[in-house]
Amino acid sequence: MLSFILILLAAFFFTGVINRTKSILSGRKGPGIFQPIKDVIRLFKKGVVYSKTTSFIFQIAPTIYFSSVIMAMLVVPFGQSKGIISFNGDFIFFANVLALGKFFSIIAALDTGSSFEGMGASREALYSMFAEPAFFILLGSMALLTGQTSFQEIFAEMHLGSSISYALAVLSAFVLGMITMIENSRMPIDDPKTHLELTMVHEVMILDNSGFDLGLILSAGLLKFSIYGALIVNLFIGMFPYEYTIPMFFAIQILVAIIIGTIESFMARFRMSHNAQFIFALTSVSLLIFFGVLMILGKFI
Amino acid sequence: MTLVIVFILICITGVFLIPFLKVKMKGIVALMAVAVNTLISGYLAVLSLTGQDISYSFPGSLITGAIPVRIDALSGWFILIVNFVFITGGWYGLFYMKAYQDQRKKITLHAIAFLLLHSAIISLMAIQNSIAFLVAWEIMMFSAFICVTFEHEKEVTLKAGINYLIQSHICVVLLVSGFLWVSYKTGSYDFQAISTFSSSQTGGGALFLFMLFFIAFSIKSGFVPFHTWLPYAHPAAPAHISGIMSGVLIKSGIYGIFRMLLLIKADFTAIGYIILAISVISGLYGVMLAIVQHDLKKLLAYHSVENIGIIGIGIGIGCIGLGNGNMIIASLGFAGALLHTLNHALFKSLLFYTAGMVYQATHTLNIEHLGGLIKKMPQTAILFLIAAVAISGIPPFNGFISEFIIYTGLYQWMQVASLGSLIVILSMVLGLVLIGGLALLCFTKAFGIVFLGNARKELRHEVKEGPIFQFLPLYLIAFFILFIGLFPQLFLNILKWPVGLFTGMTGYAFDSIPGKTFEALNSISWAMWGLILTALIIFSIRKLVLHKRPASIGSTWGCGYVAPTAKLQYTAGSFVRAYVKLNKPTLLFSKNEKGVDGLFPAESHYESHAYDKLEKWLIDKPVKVIKSFLKRFSFLQNGSLQSYILYGVLFIIGLIFIPMILDKISLFIDFLKHL
Repeated sequence: MLSFILILLAAFFFTGVINRTKSILSGRKGPGIFQPIKDVIRLFKKGVVYSKTTSFIFQIAPTIYFSSVIMAMLVVPFGQSKGIISFNGDFIFFANVLALGKFFSIIAALDTGSSFEGMGASREALYSMFAEPAFFILLGSMALLTGQTSFQEIFAEMHLGSSISYALAVLSAFVLGMITMIENSRMPIDDPKTHLELTMVHEVMILDNSGFDLGLILSAGLLKFSIYGALIVNLFIGMFPYEYTIPMFFAIQILVAIIIGTIESFMARFRMSHNAQFIFALTSVSLLIFFGVLMILGKFI
Repeated sequence: MTLVIVFILICITGVFLIPFLKVKMKGIVALMAVAVNTLISGYLAVLSLTGQDISYSFPGSLITGAIPVRIDALSGWFILIVNFVFITGGWYGLFYMKAYQDQRKKITLHAIAFLLLHSAIISLMAIQNSIAFLVAWEIMMFSAFICVTFEHEKEVTLKAGINYLIQSHICVVLLVSGFLWVSYKTGSYDFQAISTFSSSQTGGGALFLFMLFFIAFSIKSGFVPFHTWLPYAHPAAPAHISGIMSGVLIKSGIYGIFRMLLLIKADFTAIGYIILAISVISGLYGVMLAIVQHDLKKLLAYHSVENIGIIGIGIGIGCIGLGNGNMIIASLGFAGALLHTLNHALFKSLLFYTAGMVYQATHTLNIEHLGGLIKKMPQTAILFLIAAVAISGIPPFNGFISEFIIYTGLYQWMQVASLGSLIVILSMVLGLVLIGGLALLCFTKAFGIVFLGNARKELRHEVKEGPIFQFLPLYLIAFFILFIGLFPQLFLNILKWPVGLFTGMTGYAFDSIPGKTFEALNSISWAMWGLILTALIIFSIRKLVLHKRPASIGSTWGCGYVAPTAKLQYTAGSFVRAYVKLNKPTLLFSKNEKGVDGLFPAESHYESHAYDKLEKWLIDKPVKVIKSFLKRFSFLQNGSLQSYILYGVLFIIGLIFIPMILDKISLFIDFLKHL
């Protein structure tokens, strides 16, 4: 329950902090950190426009996308407190329930009959396919290290391990951070600020969404950021008491947001054709983690 | 005993009755016979799944020996799956075949073959005698052949059918040699003889015997590289037969593998690794080729290969568990495999039936020609969508459950694995995740291009939904797809009997096995409900909010361009283009293009077809070599009667004189020896 509330709170400022970082680094004053939330609220108040090509799929897809993110949020733990839903193998559920949202956002994009949105859908399907192995191997190696298979127990046990496990945690944080960037369509995979449809991935898929539906999609995006942020936080807080972990949670979330903002300010987007290779390279980083775990467990003899 | 005899009698009566009926009645009578037989076999199967095995013994004949008929929990589980798919498929087929009512003879043959196919598959799963098993196997294959080649006037169909028939007979050769080997050594055709024979073998004998059967059954079930008949046979058949073939027929191979695992006492660890290797390749290869198919049914056929691979991974994990003596891993593997067998039967048959609906309405299965069907065929679209989400292993449907169990088996195995097996586990996890991701790519393509957007080609006739009664079985299947997703515990509770046969813990509830692994399914059930509930709540909030604000209708954003045509839409080919580019080494394309050139270009076109690289190397090339070798003897078949009579005379002369000469030679040798 605690993690649910914390993630919700973090979602309020996470994207705002990224934008603020970017604006400061580029010498602009920039919007306030609550601007993304204000945008979403504004959208919730607006009416909707549907394309005449679309069917009911286009209308239910944002809802399903949003609920899939909510369900993924429910399994994320916070330190010693479990997520609202917690069971052995819940990280499989986490990944697959997010896939449900992806499935629907892809077919909703195809529903518009637009060539731009088809392009975005095609890219999204391909990239998310390549990102998944990294996540599964990462969690798999943690499961191997700790002997547990649920999020909360994995994170709790990992803290109790040796100091090498902290080194692994840093590497894992890197992988999770990159997955965050891919899942949320940020640099260097996707440029949310581009103005050319041909170079977008996620933005081009939601070109035709408007009003409440667009609000749902954007708020799901905000939540996704803080969900992955929370996963990264969990790598480090372990079994510390709450009075330390809760400030740590916000500190790490803000740190992650600032890092993302910095990366976006100083990096250009990759060429589309190189994205797939780059994403798949993440899998090899998680393989490194896997072999690191093997070394800790002394299986390399 | 009486029930079994009634079962056979109903089948025989049906077969002899059908030719004398009116065209309309033929299908109905066949379906009724199947239904009665379903009740009988289903009753026995349910008994066996509550722990009461049924066994009878027919006296048989001098050659076969006694024919035991035994329905244990494993048979029971498969019989229930077969029955469900046959009833829904038969019902759906009644309507599908309406368009062909004028072809009386073909309908007769089809109805008879349908009934025989059902009886043969059910008998396969109960018979415990090798000769009787082979007889049932042959009946199954031939009736399936007749069912597939319903439209035999089309060359493609006939070719696909014959391809299937030949490959199935390679499988029979292997089966026969396996069975004969056992009976030669033990003198019995009873299945128990296989068990006693294999346990008496030392060294690799038992493993070799298992591999013989495994290859035979994997031809039937379509493991790579024995899958090449499958993508031809499935699209050629009428939709209900495709559904049955994919849902049930290839599962008879899976049943065979399970049965042999029960009978043969071999080194399970080695078997497990072999099965895992073949399965993960099947899974990946199947889905990789599925993505580039443009024929909807062919795409689904390649997905059967993929799902057989997933089932195989489950079986492999189970074997490893048996080999290590770790019954939790074994239970997880086998339970996942058995549940996925059911799940695949459900969503794949639903996919084929909806594809049949699309074919009936549009007369084409080429994805590139379709589009926007959801507006004219909303029911078909929703049913296809449910099955598509389920087959991608996404909650809240059944595909997720079985894949989850298999994943759990892998992670459970990981805790006790050595370095070597950890690498295997790693590649399995990698394989399964990639399969899931590729399936998502494939089915967003299939659903998105066929049902969404605008029609890509003008169709000359009106597109409309089929009759509501045709949809009844489809809704029933969709219900079960959701039901398994929402209440997985119920099905796992049934599975404790068949899984118990392997682990030796017959009848133990899964909960009582140490470890918290199986409790997870309760939480998953909650999570699934939560997902549906959340979606409903958000949807009603959305509805409430938007209630006051009427939606306005505009056109799709075209980047300022206001007159887009349907041709501007993304096609199936362009949707997977990035994937195809990445995967170039494994794929094979034949292109047919005429480019745009000159100042005044004439008509141009571009067409590409994916071809199976393995098929090229494993089937086409060897066949070509054999053909060119045999062609040297083609002068023998010259068509003149005189030569044929000469062959006959030569043969008779040879028959008489060769023994005589041999006799003389041996006499001569004897004479020499005496000297």
